[in-house]
Order: sequence, then C-alpha cells, then structure tokens
Amino acid sequence: MSEFPAAGLILNIVFVLALATTLVGAVLAVVTTRIIRSVCGLAICCVGLAELYYFLHSPFLALMEILIYVGAVCVTIVFAVMLAEPEEAVVEKKRGVDFAWSGLAMVVCGAIFFGLWRLGSQQDWTALTPRTNDGSIQSIGKALLTTYSLPFEMISLALLVAILGALAVARTGRDKA
Amino acid sequence: MNPTLLYDKPELYIITAALLLALGVFGLVRRRTLIGMLIAGELIFSAAALNFMAFNRFRAADQSTGQIFVLFIMGLAAAEVAIALSIVIAVYRNYRSVKTRELSDLNG
Repeated sequence: MSEFPAAGLILNIVFVLALATTLVGAVLAVVTTRIIRSVCGLAICCVGLAELYYFLHSPFLALMEILIYVGAVCVTIVFAVMLAEPEEAVVEKKRGVDFAWSGLAMVVCGAIFFGLWRLGSQQDWTALTPRTNDGSIQSIGKALLTTYSLPFEMISLALLVAILGALAVARTGRDKA
Repeated sequence: MNPTLLYDKPELYIITAALLLALGVFGLVRRRTLIGMLIAGELIFSAAALNFMAFNRFRAADQSTGQIFVLFIMGLAAAEVAIALSIVIAVYRNYRSVKTRELSDLNG
C-alpha cells in the first residue's frame, strides 16, 4: 500500500466520488420533473453503485450492474418513455394538500433514514468468522452450479415467464393498423 | 485492515443503502406516473443489493453467497421491469395516460 505516494488519499477520494455519484444520481432520479432526466439519474446512480461494488471486492457484480441496469433496464425504460409520453404535468397548480402529502412523505422517509443510520452506526460490523473462500469469479461459478443450482434454474424460469408475460400483456389491445 | 481507508468502513455502505431506501420510498410516494414509480422501485432494489454486498464483504464466511444473491436480485429486477413496462404500455393504450390519478375505474 505504501509504494505509491498518497495511495490511501487517492483511494479515499475515488471512494467519496463513488458515494457522491450514487447519491446524486438517486436524488436526480427522485426529484426531477421530466421523466427522462429521472432515467438519466437512475443510470448515474447505477454507475456509482458499480464503483461501490468494485470497492466491495466484486468486479463481477460491478460489470453486471453496468450491463443489466445501465445497458438493459435504463434503455428499456427510455423505450417506454418514448412510447407512452409520461410527462409530469408542469402547468398543474400545486395545491396545499400536495405540499402536505410531500411534507409527510419527507418526514416518514427521513425517519426511515435516521433510524437505519442510528442502527447501522451503533453496531460493530467487523468480521467474526474466518472466510472460507475469496469470492472470486471461479468460486461464484462453482457455487452457482452446485449449492445454488436450484435458484439458478428458478431464475431462468422466472425470466422466461417474464418474457412471455410481457409479450402477452403488451400484445392485447393492439389494433391491426 | 488499514483503518484510515474509507472503503473498509461498513457503516458508510449501510448508511448509503439507508439513504437509497429512503429516497426510493419518497419517490414512490411523490411520483404521479407509473414509470416514475418504477424508477423509485429500482432504487429500493439497489439499496437492498448494496446492503447484501456490504454484509457479504464484512460479515460472511463464504464470500460468494452475497454476490450470487445480488445477481438474483438483478435478474428479478430485470424481469420486474419487463413486466411493469409492458403493463404501462397496455395501460397507455387503453387510457391514453400513465398518470396514476386518472386510473380510477375501480374507485367506488
């Protein structure tokens, strides 16, 4: 760790950048008015999450996060935005009731956050048990085909049913013209 | 472990996941369109996945368990998005709108 000058500082800066990317993306995904900006916020948030997975010693999941979320989920949502034009009403006048509900939602979510923050920061999360493997891609592949082979097959079934269901639901009501 | 390195502190990941969960719930309440609610739901999935990965890294004996679980979460989230978006498009064909306030046929 000490070969490169200020390696720890650089690592800390990159880690804080990853945290900031995740949180800024999540805030953008929630508070923007236009839905396409919200999708962009989700993509930014997923890039930040991929960096966090990398810091958690899992480059495999970092790649999967980019591939599935940024590459598939966000692009699919953009297609739905193009087909369904879900613009939030900009000219609609805000009523007092709306502000009241927003305030209530903010209070509830703030309570959730502070409760989890207190819980998370009070505990000592250092490891108790010795590690049995290193979490490499080889060990993931072995575990997927031995210990977790049944959930693996169930996921493939679930994806198949999702594809068929999406086709069936989106096809009904479509006229021939 | 070097205590000065920030990425070895599990609390940071857990607090980030808590913030993602709170933002996701807030968006789920605040958004008025189905697609906005879907995006907020994805944030909640991400919070759960980040928690799984943090506990896997710092607490678990078998380091591949949490990664496989997060992979399953991603697969289920992708399936959910596919189904939800096809429902959104079907709703748009019938109502010419995806605003949740106007989908009130069952409102007695």
